[in-house]
Amino acid sequence: MRKLLAAFLIGSLFGGGLIISGMTNPAKVQNFLDLFGQWDPSLAFVMGGALAVTLIGFRLVLRRPAPLDADRFELPGTKELTPSLVIGSVLFGIGWGLAGLCPGPALAVIPLAPGPAAVFLVGLLGGVLGHDAWQRRRG
Amino acid sequence: MAPETSFTPLSALIGGGMIGLAATLLMLSLGRIAGISGILAGAITPAGTDRGWRIAFLAGLLAPGLVLAAIGKAPPVSFVAGTQLLILAGLLVGFGTRLGSGCTSGHGVCGLARLSPRSLVAVVSFMAAGFVTVGILRHVAGGF
Repeated sequence: MRKLLAAFLIGSLFGGGLIISGMTNPAKVQNFLDLFGQWDPSLAFVMGGALAVTLIGFRLVLRRPAPLDADRFELPGTKELTPSLVIGSVLFGIGWGLAGLCPGPALAVIPLAPGPAAVFLVGLLGGVLGHDAWQRRRG
Repeated sequence: MAPETSFTPLSALIGGGMIGLAATLLMLSLGRIAGISGILAGAITPAGTDRGWRIAFLAGLLAPGLVLAAIGKAPPVSFVAGTQLLILAGLLVGFGTRLGSGCTSGHGVCGLARLSPRSLVAVVSFMAAGFVTVGILRHVAGGF
């Protein structure tokens, strides 16, 4: 129960940050990506603000032998730079530019714009499930 | 013409700080990376594990918007893309974040903080693709 409550509260803090920062406004995200047009540099400050906290915070937290509510830290072990990493990230970036939404804001914005958010999420879920089905077929 | 948005460095920094704090607290409490695409995929795909905390986290993500909408303080949200483009974009984001093992939060906020070379490559790749995509949409294709 404590785990679920912690996850809910941390998710709320994350969602609140997305809304306050402007990440849930697709026009603002696209204006950030419009370097040679009506550029709005705000989102660089979102990333800067977030990284300033995680750069220090992760260092302090990862000194502990274990997290508070789990047995161990689950950190990605892969180190290899693969074509999948680059191709996947490029496809994601194209979609991000087309809609002005990435996965976190797409969820946080549901109560604020249910219609368009739902349309985007149908595509997103299709992409996620399609990818996993494709990976299973490849074995 | 796309809606103009004003430069808001202060709210961007505060919101960003909250996102970073949330990512730090998730690592402290559950020992997990706050990567939304990964948390979502683990919650919905057949192969997913630990669905409980994932669903609780995702429900939390929706909570602030629900509260703001309920009290009539919803911030501006303008979608520029229409239905077909939104579906295509969603497909690309869903497929791409799975293939590339992460999105803006997992690779950007968490991976860069861990000085992960994979995350740096991912962030440079999706940022570059985003800049080029919006550049082409607005200045070559002439759409929004």
